[in-house]
Amino acid sequence: MAKVKINGSEIEVSDGMTILQACEEAGIEIPRFCYHDRLSIAGNCRMCLVDVEGSPKPVASCAMPINEGMSIHTNTQSVKKAREGVMEFLLINHPLDCPVCDQGGECDLQDQTIAFGPENSRFEENKRAVEEKHMGPLIKTYMTRCIHCTRCIRFADEVAGVNQLGAVNRGENMEITTYLEKTLDSELSANIVDLCPVGALTSKPYQFEARPWELKKTETIDVMDAVGSNIRVDTYGWKVKRVLPVLNEDINEEWISDKTRYACDGLLNQRLDTPYIKKNNKLEQVSWGETFSQLKKLVMDSDPDEIAFLVGDFIDLETSYLIKKLSEDLSIKAVDGRQEGCKVPFNHRSQFLFNSKIKGIDETDCILMIGTNTREEAAIINSRIRKRVISSNIPVALIGKNVDLTYKYNHLGDDINILIDLLNEKNSFYKKLINASKPMIIIGQSVLNRDDSLQIYSLLETFTDKFNLIQEDWNGFNVLQLAAARAGILEMGLIQKNKSVDDLVADAEKGKFKLVFSFGADEISYENFSNCKIVYMGTHGDRGANAADFILPAAAYTEKDAIFINTEGRVQYANKASFPPGEAREDWKIINQFSEVLELKWSFLELYDVRDEMFAKFPHLKEDFNDQNNGLVKIIDNKANEEVEIINKDTRSSQEKKNDTINGNIKSFEENSAKKIFNTAWADLNDRQREYLRKYNYPETWSEFTEHYGFKVVNDIKKKNNVVLPYEDQYANSIGKAWNDLTYNQKKWAYTKRNKNNLIGLADDANFSPDGIVVLNDNQEAYYAQPKEINFKIKNLSFSIEDFYINDSITRHSSTMAECSRARSEVRSSVTEKAS
Amino acid sequence: MSNQKNAFVFNKENEIKAKEILLKYPTDRRQSAIMPLLDLAQRQNENWLSRDIVEYVADYLEMPFIKAWEVVTFYSMYYTKYNGKYLVQVCGTTPCWLRGSDQVIKACKEVISPEPNTVSSDGLFSWMQVECLGACVNAPLVQINDDYYEDLTYDTTKNVLQSLIDGSPLSIGSQSGRKSSKAVS
Amino acid sequence: MLKEKDKIFTNLFGDEPFHLKNAQARGDWDNTKELIKKGREWIIDEMKKSELRGRGGAGFPTGLKWSFMPKDSKLTNYLVVNADESEPGTCKDRDMIRNEPHKLIEGCLLASFAMNAHTCYIYIRGEYFNEAVVLQKAIDEAYDAGLIGKNAAKSGWDFDIFLHRGAGAYICGEETALLESLEGKKGQPRLKPPFPANKGLYGSPTTVNNVETIAVVPTILRRGGEWFSSFGRPKNTGTKVFCISGHVNNPCNIEEEMSIPLRELVEKHAGGVTGGWDNLKAVIPGGSSVPLIPKSTCDTVLMDFDSLSAVKSGLGTAAVIVMDKSTDLVKAISKLSHFYKHESCGQCTPCREGTGWMWRMMEKIGNGHASSNDIDKLLDVTKQIEGHTICALGDAAAWPIQGLFRHFRDEIEEQLKKTKAA
Repeated sequence: MAKVKINGSEIEVSDGMTILQACEEAGIEIPRFCYHDRLSIAGNCRMCLVDVEGSPKPVASCAMPINEGMSIHTNTQSVKKAREGVMEFLLINHPLDCPVCDQGGECDLQDQTIAFGPENSRFEENKRAVEEKHMGPLIKTYMTRCIHCTRCIRFADEVAGVNQLGAVNRGENMEITTYLEKTLDSELSANIVDLCPVGALTSKPYQFEARPWELKKTETIDVMDAVGSNIRVDTYGWKVKRVLPVLNEDINEEWISDKTRYACDGLLNQRLDTPYIKKNNKLEQVSWGETFSQLKKLVMDSDPDEIAFLVGDFIDLETSYLIKKLSEDLSIKAVDGRQEGCKVPFNHRSQFLFNSKIKGIDETDCILMIGTNTREEAAIINSRIRKRVISSNIPVALIGKNVDLTYKYNHLGDDINILIDLLNEKNSFYKKLINASKPMIIIGQSVLNRDDSLQIYSLLETFTDKFNLIQEDWNGFNVLQLAAARAGILEMGLIQKNKSVDDLVADAEKGKFKLVFSFGADEISYENFSNCKIVYMGTHGDRGANAADFILPAAAYTEKDAIFINTEGRVQYANKASFPPGEAREDWKIINQFSEVLELKWSFLELYDVRDEMFAKFPHLKEDFNDQNNGLVKIIDNKANEEVEIINKDTRSSQEKKNDTINGNIKSFEENSAKKIFNTAWADLNDRQREYLRKYNYPETWSEFTEHYGFKVVNDIKKKNNVVLPYEDQYANSIGKAWNDLTYNQKKWAYTKRNKNNLIGLADDANFSPDGIVVLNDNQEAYYAQPKEINFKIKNLSFSIEDFYINDSITRHSSTMAECSRARSEVRSSVTEKAS
Repeated sequence: MSNQKNAFVFNKENEIKAKEILLKYPTDRRQSAIMPLLDLAQRQNENWLSRDIVEYVADYLEMPFIKAWEVVTFYSMYYTKYNGKYLVQVCGTTPCWLRGSDQVIKACKEVISPEPNTVSSDGLFSWMQVECLGACVNAPLVQINDDYYEDLTYDTTKNVLQSLIDGSPLSIGSQSGRKSSKAVS
Repeated sequence: MLKEKDKIFTNLFGDEPFHLKNAQARGDWDNTKELIKKGREWIIDEMKKSELRGRGGAGFPTGLKWSFMPKDSKLTNYLVVNADESEPGTCKDRDMIRNEPHKLIEGCLLASFAMNAHTCYIYIRGEYFNEAVVLQKAIDEAYDAGLIGKNAAKSGWDFDIFLHRGAGAYICGEETALLESLEGKKGQPRLKPPFPANKGLYGSPTTVNNVETIAVVPTILRRGGEWFSSFGRPKNTGTKVFCISGHVNNPCNIEEEMSIPLRELVEKHAGGVTGGWDNLKAVIPGGSSVPLIPKSTCDTVLMDFDSLSAVKSGLGTAAVIVMDKSTDLVKAISKLSHFYKHESCGQCTPCREGTGWMWRMMEKIGNGHASSNDIDKLLDVTKQIEGHTICALGDAAAWPIQGLFRHFRDEIEEQLKKTKAA
């Protein structure tokens, strides 16, 4: 640790930090363009200049390491002048085309110009114009806007591992380009769009599509591979406009693959938006009711052995659970979700998971990959391995196809016998693997699909002992899954005993099945199912839809709240960013409704009912959720409980309360409470969470917060006698809407309450009001809970901590639902009185 | 020429030279040899570099094309087009300008071509104005290919250029009759 | 005036051949082994005693710089000689390389030994083709004579010299840009720290010295540090090769004593200013990067580091560019601005964007389409570049303009008014 002085106040920071990092530690913002904490330091933009006592010139804080006793100034005239100067230089040749620039509204140059720039322009010469560079179908260039920070070059060289970007020419003629303007040959290429601090590199498909402030931003989970990258989905109405990465150190850091980013344009096309039934060899639009009743008849007419369930690659966990439940209730045995024909029967979850976790790659000292091309199958994991190889030069070997993985590895061959050589200590890589303290093997799907996969898999299991793969705090046995749904399907046990999908297809060919349900299974050939009716539940006019006799339109991954388990076994919650088109419904609802038609008496009202039952059966998944979502959920739960206390601890004296009430001065109380909530919320966060919020400039003090977002008293609520009341006239038709408007966490909280404290009032309950929910606490006191204004703001920044504003002012001692209902009607009549 | 993909290879003599050059640098630092090797390639190819030559050299040194291209475009002595048999580079920086480099340029315009970077009609020359050549006490001067002609005037510039046209180049160095940078006394 | 016997570079003008036997006749390579035998400490100590300051422009004490090199590093130490002489006005190294190469080579051996380096790279500017040929021949002669290579000069020290030609980039004269270039990249200066003495060529400890700095080392060691420091003034010692160009009757290079008065230098060696001393307008005393000084200052100023920095200029490379009264000063400086714009590497913002802007404003002023406000603006821009860049090229581009307006602003404004009126 070293002590440094920043603007006069002393702070202790760890050795080896740069001045910029130390300033961040001290909560002082240093503007920057070229610096990025995941790339090497370039120090070329000169925006981060600060004064250091004893140095005649200002120094670039991003590159200068701190020394014990250093005294740094960030607020002097000379620093201000230097920043203005750099801003001016950056702007003189920057086109002021912000109105037509896609970066507008989220542009570092715009923001920093406002904060640090000169007041006006003194440049009278002609601006430089630079020819656009072709960089392929994903990246649009406007090189006139480039400020030469070289972030993109450093990303390509260091993270993506493709040395294809460079800066040619020199001086003011310097230009960033790819060699001969070729497409960047990287599966991570579009991350340079995020890295570009200006509008020089923008997203081609997103070009002129929307302004950032028009978009609704929802943080959720990607399903394009089994990595489960954390993403933000930006929507404009129904349409998903773009997908951006969300920081998650354990999974994708702050990168996403191009597939993850650009798959979203498929959400707009070829969507199934209404149920269909094939009549006279032609699909006709029908109602859900007709579909279900016909399906019911088919199911009733078939023997359970004549029905098969195929489960696809994008099915969420809840749906998997319901498929499992449905198959059990109907005694259907031919259920399988391993479309590519995996033949290994897994007995325990550690047999099919990436047990080291993605973060484990940062610790391993030797990797053996078998039958996998991580660059194609899990680009994010591949870049993590690359990072490890570059930083620590660990040995990596591959058995399988010799492909370019962007880093050096030892290609042992494309022969499975090499495994035996390794076991028999005959292979040159044996020594490296046996000497490693945290060895790792990664098994690709191609190994598990072979005819001899059972033998190979059991051979690989012997590696565990031979090479000490499993230790007290280390599990180096990894299977790399390819589909987002797969780990969940395997968790739920949607596989046939001792049979693979290939066997199921063979059975179909023999005419064993009359009816096949395909839950988004698009990777298998339906030719062999010509003898049976095919029911396809899915989102797109894909292979399954082409073969289908019935089509049940479902929701895509951005259109539903859902759980996905990634290849690590990490349980992650996807949030609904958009809604299913037309008549399409969320998957779980379709199955749930079908269960009603089949009179299976499941009685799931909400998704959370499904989750509760599922978690009860698979408790480890619930734990995973709590532990692995960085404790956020725990905070949410705790905060939700604490909140009641905070609000109850009204510090006003009784006289003040009275005065406030008489004067209608409720604001101060609310503001105090909100402030307390706000401060407590910050205090409860861990460092990583704080860092995350700071990164997005989330205000840290209450005054900053109100300055940015304003603090709005919920003034739609009429108050009388300290009682919060809903709008009477809106009451009738807005009950359901209010529930729908709640965020996931709010609903979740409400459910927690209901379980714990007998929450009264759900969407279709008379006790539910558009503005909130009546709840009973342990003491059988009824509380009136309403979604609170500031929560939405916080939620937008993915900082959901408190979910309900609990107003104790209508506390009534009621012990039954009926009484509570009566309490509400009293409240309502008092409003009517007031109105008259 | 650039249509013939990687038609360029070092001739035997240069192949040996290239190997010798590589000996100067640590074996894991082949990239260090990019500048001398580009120079070698340029000399073999009438004093200019096409894309395929740059790619050849980059491959030779196992470095990415773009990094080689960065080097080519950064340094002013790599030429990406043909400049004639003689490239006349006139220094126009202050010390030369003070002693009459404008007159030297005038002579070049008259003898070679009115515009810089243009190969003369006979294909023999082109000229360009460059920054300081580092022989300021012998100003003004021109560099013609590898050689400096110093202490020039309008007339002596024309003499030098004419001697090249005639195929019997004047001896290099000062054209005023003095020895190197020694003061005339 | 420096006596012939005290000149270090006796063959500066190539009156005799550069070859080894001629050089040895002039005293080079005379018992080099003995000098090495005296040891590392002794060499660095003598260098400190000589008070030699780096001849490349910055004037950092050489002995001190050498002492920064790690003594027992596990990495390979390197000496790199900066022969990328490109500062307008400067052409001293060229003469040393083509006429006294053995002084340089012997100096490389001694300096490398002192700094525990077995390998030395000489980075010579690409345009000096013929000079590079000579130097390579000299290096080959030294190898053949066993003076360098294994057991160099029978000293027991293994030592290699490699010549590396640049390809036309002034910025490679900046030591870290030079190292980048030597590593086969664009010559873009590195961030400091780390300094080359810790992390230089290929990440190893490296010292970069100017040709002249190294070439005087053998003579200093033979004659003693005190002999060298007996010339000039304290902290401004030794002999120095001056380059006198521009409006003088006999432009030349000349080795003289440090601290010689500027007027004496010009009049004794360069035949005086054209049209006489009174026809003098201004002098750039240390290469293009230092601010010019007007005649009034030239009358008395001494040619050394401290004296010139006292008049807000600098000794730089000791390249004296003389401008008589016929000179359009704005144009003369504007040409330098163009030079810096052309030579900016483009890496950091102020220099990349600012040098072009300054040149264009200078041209405007030169053409008379400007006002006093424009000069204010220009000077403010120079201040915004100065001190804000990665390397000193930004400063070097700003200073000549600042110097011009410091001394001639009234005159230029007068001229602008006249143009406007016309």
